[in-house]
This record gives sequence, C-alpha cells and structure tokens, in this order.
Amino acid sequence: MFPRPFDYQAPDSLGEALTLLAADPDETKALAGGHSLLPLMKLRLVAPRLLVDLRRLRDELAGVRGADGGLTIGALTTYHTLQADPLVVERCPVLGQVAGAIGDLQVRNRGTIGGSLAHADPAGDLPAVALALDAELEAASQQGRRRIPARDFFQGLYTTALAPGELLTAIHVPGAAARTGAAYAKFRNPASGYAVVGVAALLGLDEGGRIAAARVAVTGVGEVAYRATAAESALVGQTPTAEALAAAAAHAADGVDPLEDLYASGPYRAHLTRLYAGRALTAALERARG
Amino acid sequence: MKLPINVTVNGTPQTHEVEPRLLLVHYLRDVLGLTGTHVGCDTSQCGACTVLLDGAAVKSCTVLAVQADGGSVTTIEGLAEGERLHPLQEGFWERHGLQCGYCTPGMIMTAVDLLRQHPDPTEAQIRDGLEGVLCRCTGYQHIVAAVQDAAQRLKAQ
Repeated sequence: MFPRPFDYQAPDSLGEALTLLAADPDETKALAGGHSLLPLMKLRLVAPRLLVDLRRLRDELAGVRGADGGLTIGALTTYHTLQADPLVVERCPVLGQVAGAIGDLQVRNRGTIGGSLAHADPAGDLPAVALALDAELEAASQQGRRRIPARDFFQGLYTTALAPGELLTAIHVPGAAARTGAAYAKFRNPASGYAVVGVAALLGLDEGGRIAAARVAVTGVGEVAYRATAAESALVGQTPTAEALAAAAAHAADGVDPLEDLYASGPYRAHLTRLYAGRALTAALERARG
Repeated sequence: MKLPINVTVNGTPQTHEVEPRLLLVHYLRDVLGLTGTHVGCDTSQCGACTVLLDGAAVKSCTVLAVQADGGSVTTIEGLAEGERLHPLQEGFWERHGLQCGYCTPGMIMTAVDLLRQHPDPTEAQIRDGLEGVLCRCTGYQHIVAAVQDAAQRLKAQ
C-alpha cells in the first residue's frame, strides 16, 4: 500500500544528481514522473534506499527542440507535452499519437518519455517507437555523456544499456527523409491498456515508389522490445503492394519466444504480432505516400 | 528521515514535516483532514484520488507529498467558492452524475483539467479524458452528461 522507508533528495543540478546516483547505484533510483516506479514501490516489489527526484532539473532536461530536421527531446518531457508539441506533430507525428494514448489523462500529466524508456517495460509502447524511429538515447554520468542507438539500448527484461549511476537525459529522433511514414498499431489489454502486442513500423520509399527503408519494432511479445529484422529484410527493395506487406508481416514474430500470460497464449500472441505488423505497415505506407 | 514541505492547498499555505514515503493522498487525508480525496485501489488505476497539482490532474496516490513541495494543490473541497458550487458540481447535481459518490471527487477533478484542455469537448473526448477514473455504479452515462452540462455552464459564464 505504501513504500518501505527511503531517503529522498531533490538536487538542483544535473551534476549533483549524477553524484547522488553514482554513490550507491544498486540502492538508488532516479524519480521522474514516478508512474512506473512508485506503483512498484507501493507493492514493495522495489525498495531503493534513496530516491533522487529530478523535478528541479526540468529546465535542463524537459522540452522539445528541433535539431537537423529531427528532434531533441528532453528525458523529463511529459506525454502531455509530447502529444501537443507542434514540432512533434510536424516532424514525428507517430510519437505524439502514441504519447497521447498512453495510460490516461492523469498519467500523461506526470509520465515522461525518459522514464518510460529507462524503465523498459516489456509491454511499454515507447520502446517500440524508439526502435522504429532509430532514435539515439543520450545518457550522462560522472564519466561524461554518450549516445546509445535504440537498437543497442533495450537489452532484456526491465534492462537497458544504462550503466550504474547513468541517467538518460535526452532522446534524439533523426529527421524523416521525404516519402517516409511511421505508424503504431496496438492490441490493448482491456484492463491495463498495456500492449498485449504493439508494433511500430516505419517505411521510406525511393523516387520509384519502392521500399528503401523499413523498420518493424515489436513490444509486448518478448521480454524486451525488438526489431523484427526478418520482416524488415523482406520489405527492403520491394514494391509496396498489399501482398508484399502481408508477406513481410508474416515474419514479425520470427525467432521470438512469445510471452504467455493470463490474457494471451504464446501462439495467440505470435498471431497478433503478425496481424498488427500488417496493420502498422499499411498505415505507415499510407503516410509515406501521403 | 523527515523533510519539511510547503504546499498551498486550496489556497491555504501549509507547512509540515513528512516522511518521503508519505503519499500525497495520505498527506491530504490524514495530515490535513481533507477526506474528500479517496483511496480506491493500490494499482494507480482507479483515479478516485485525483487532485490538481499546479493545475494538472494527477493521481495523488502516485505522487509523494515531497514531490508537491513548493506547489499548489486543489482538492474537491477547494472547488466551491463559499456557497457557490463549481459548474462541475452543479452538473453532477443536475444530471445525477453519481450514486455512491466514491469516484466522484476523482471524476470532477479530472474533468476540471479535461475542460481546461477542451472547453467544448465531444462525447468521445469526455470519455477519453475520464479513462483514468473508474466508476462501479453508474455505467458512466450520467457522468458524461454531467460533464457536458458543466461545459455548457462554463461557456455561458
């Protein structure tokens, strides 16, 4: 019902936050919106000794900026901000659409993109979107800063490439080439709203209308969001007919042992993965042509 | 560890020493005696605990009191101005938007934020905006009608 006792700090600077996070990293957690962390702490599934609240770092770590035709998004940017930000709407509409559908109105006022990506929930929407967009995740630690490609970031169940004491600070979304479209299609668990299966797809067409770039990213199915590389290979170079998309989508669950739970069996999840990959690809194609 | 927090609640500055693990909902209910905000689950799903924090609807069971330090909170008790009900309270009265009333403060506080974002909401926007508050009694029909009624009242003001 309520967490075990813990110490709490709300540092005024990123440097101070990094010092606090590095001191005893196994017993320390960063607090952003808290809507993944605090529910776990209330159930006592997680019991850090120290919470480092990032709330005083919003000036530095929240907000959306244009960068080289793409976006730089501060890790503390809330879903509420993302869904309506004009730069997001213009340069990466799928991100705003997904952010606007996460949780509910109250959750979107607090939840942050950085918190979601760092938490790496196996059924979270944003990891799949980050993979499909080929985003780069910027992290800071006492050792300095680095950028981690999304495809290297999500490593396992609630496990990312962030090192102990390292903090996700920004998400870099590359500018979309012409004739590129991205979409997300999801089968929601009717109670929790989480993805039983969620697929983010991006298609880029060349001047002749053939597929030059294809990314298909799946969440809710494995222990971690993954790129469906078999589906992607089946798309590149193809003329994007309905048959070609369907044939590629049929590979969206290749090489993955789907999660089984009360709501969906493994084979059912695999079936949904193929189905929703088809839907995401169809929607992405429409946007690439539009 | 106990930490001092300063929070303005329903317009009144409050100062207390609290444990970091004290949830905002328990601060409001147990320390301040504002029991209009309700605890209805332990999974952050039901929304009965919804209040406004710096103007935004939040689930106060999923916010630590220390996270509200320096901020301002409005609870259901803070909506009426003396005897004058807020248009949402009027709407819930006129359109019978409640039965047991347990979710009602959460519904109303969420709807305050919803109507701020969408002053002329469609029915779909109302239902989407209230997804984070669960009601076991009403089937939501009269709640939607109450919010529509309130939207009309606010536009007429």
